[in-house]
Amino acid sequence: MSVDKDTVKKIGRLARIHVPEQSQEQIASELNHILSWVEQLGEVDTSNVEPLASVTGHSLPMRSDVVTDGEKADDVLKNAPQSASGFFVVPKVVE
Amino acid sequence: MTELLSLSATEAQQALRQKECSAVELTTAYLGAIEQTAELNNYVAVTADKALEMAANSDQKIAAGTAGMLEGLPIGVKDLFCTQNVATTACSEILRNFVPPYESTVTANLWQAGGVMLGKLNCDEFAMGSANETSCFGPAVNPWSADTPLAAGGSSGGSASAVAAHSALLATGTDTGGSIRQPAAFCGVVGMKPTYGRCSRWGIVAFASSLDQAGPFTRTVADSALMFSAMASHDPKDSTSAPEAMPDLSKALSQGIKGMKIGIPAEYEMDGMDAEIVALWQQGQNWMREAGAELVEISLPHTKYALPVYYIIAPAEASSNLARYDGVRYGVRSDDVQSLDDMYEKSRAAGFGEEVQRRIMIGTYALSAGYYDAYYKKAQQVRRLIRQDFDTAFASVDAILTPATPTAAFALGQKQDDPLTMYLNDVFTVPANLAGIPGISVPAGLSKDGLPLGLQLLAGAFCEDKLYATAATLESMANFKTSAPKAA
Repeated sequence: MSVDKDTVKKIGRLARIHVPEQSQEQIASELNHILSWVEQLGEVDTSNVEPLASVTGHSLPMRSDVVTDGEKADDVLKNAPQSASGFFVVPKVVE
Repeated sequence: MTELLSLSATEAQQALRQKECSAVELTTAYLGAIEQTAELNNYVAVTADKALEMAANSDQKIAAGTAGMLEGLPIGVKDLFCTQNVATTACSEILRNFVPPYESTVTANLWQAGGVMLGKLNCDEFAMGSANETSCFGPAVNPWSADTPLAAGGSSGGSASAVAAHSALLATGTDTGGSIRQPAAFCGVVGMKPTYGRCSRWGIVAFASSLDQAGPFTRTVADSALMFSAMASHDPKDSTSAPEAMPDLSKALSQGIKGMKIGIPAEYEMDGMDAEIVALWQQGQNWMREAGAELVEISLPHTKYALPVYYIIAPAEASSNLARYDGVRYGVRSDDVQSLDDMYEKSRAAGFGEEVQRRIMIGTYALSAGYYDAYYKKAQQVRRLIRQDFDTAFASVDAILTPATPTAAFALGQKQDDPLTMYLNDVFTVPANLAGIPGISVPAGLSKDGLPLGLQLLAGAFCEDKLYATAATLESMANFKTSAPKAA
């Protein structure tokens, strides 16, 4: 499983990070270096081992589905790079 | 003034209660120390006015007899904790102008307990690093440096540096793979990572949510227990916050370790390990035995897989957590864009540093279609085996003693070429995060170059009492008293 330039381009696209053409080769080589080191996990027999996603031992707590917060539009928009009339502003997405 | 700076938190608490000094005097001394040690670059923002206001408030409470458990004690905050109306950057370009309209639960608990906020402390960008070198503000410097600037460690390098330099009495940190314990060892202070879930993650900039845990930096073990008690709480705003009751820590601090069983894991003796570290670890074992504990050889067979597991799980969770930085709701947005996607891609490329981008890319790859089972699921399976190793060990021992770091503090800039070399710093600390158990790094000696070395103690989940009982004993046996040459 080796990462090439095209894969780097694809990962960059999935991660929404622009990767300039000239750095793709180097990033591919760095990722390969790290991934080949990770490959030692293949030595471990994990058949019948349940993946561990949470160490808490508790199931997620439930609460009533009611509004507990709100009426804070100004706070919500305070850090927006661009906002207008109570909305976030983004580049045009519909022609 | 220097006298005030040399007091531990418990001593300062005593001095304040007996009116030997005021909270304003104590805070003023610390603000002076911050100025005096500015070259260490451990603060990214100083909130002097707020600090003096909070200290004056503390003096009133002390006079009224309503002092909280941290009343009047000056605290530095890692710049990963959201602080209301005080910029919180995670030391990243992408959050350089972010001012949270809310306060993290942990810092709210500290202020509720009477703590005084000195300012925000330097760290690696989004807590990703082991030398504080990925910060957009440049690295924090270790106050033990002589001519060559040494790494304070990371990611909570500013926190460790400030507590060691006497420019903060207490400091908060976060530990995802060793980010409290490694810098504490490098700077000769006490750093503690609680059981996963003890401290609420609410309002802390997220890195890897199943591993992140906040904890205290202090100069003594007793101070650590005090600050940890104030930080921890069961918080409904964090769904993984633990409801488990807190054990009696003050009793633990004085109970000693007579009859306790301390595990020594064979797998922590690694090839090519520094002879000084091996010797210190041996010395630590002798101290434990002298103090009446029984040493037990144990095996944690999956130890060598902890780092590769970590470097899949942490980047995978990070790639998902950091998806929120889109240049729309907060953070920096690139101008001159052709479309919405173009805006995302350019803002994130410009706003994230090299190491953060690298980890997002690894995480995205590990989670992508076709590779999920091979990398992410595999890592989660081995994570369970690592957890089981500890479960088995803690069935027969009360605590585990290991080295804290493979080396003493290294020179800044020394390990930048190869990410893997940097990752190896966390070899002794990462397993505790994967297993969710508490760990503490206690300064235990000096290297031949005169740099601090730490030992780590680990305990079972929610057994912070055993952790502090063993740490207090280690501290008194090691009797580490020297202070950093560049301290105020």
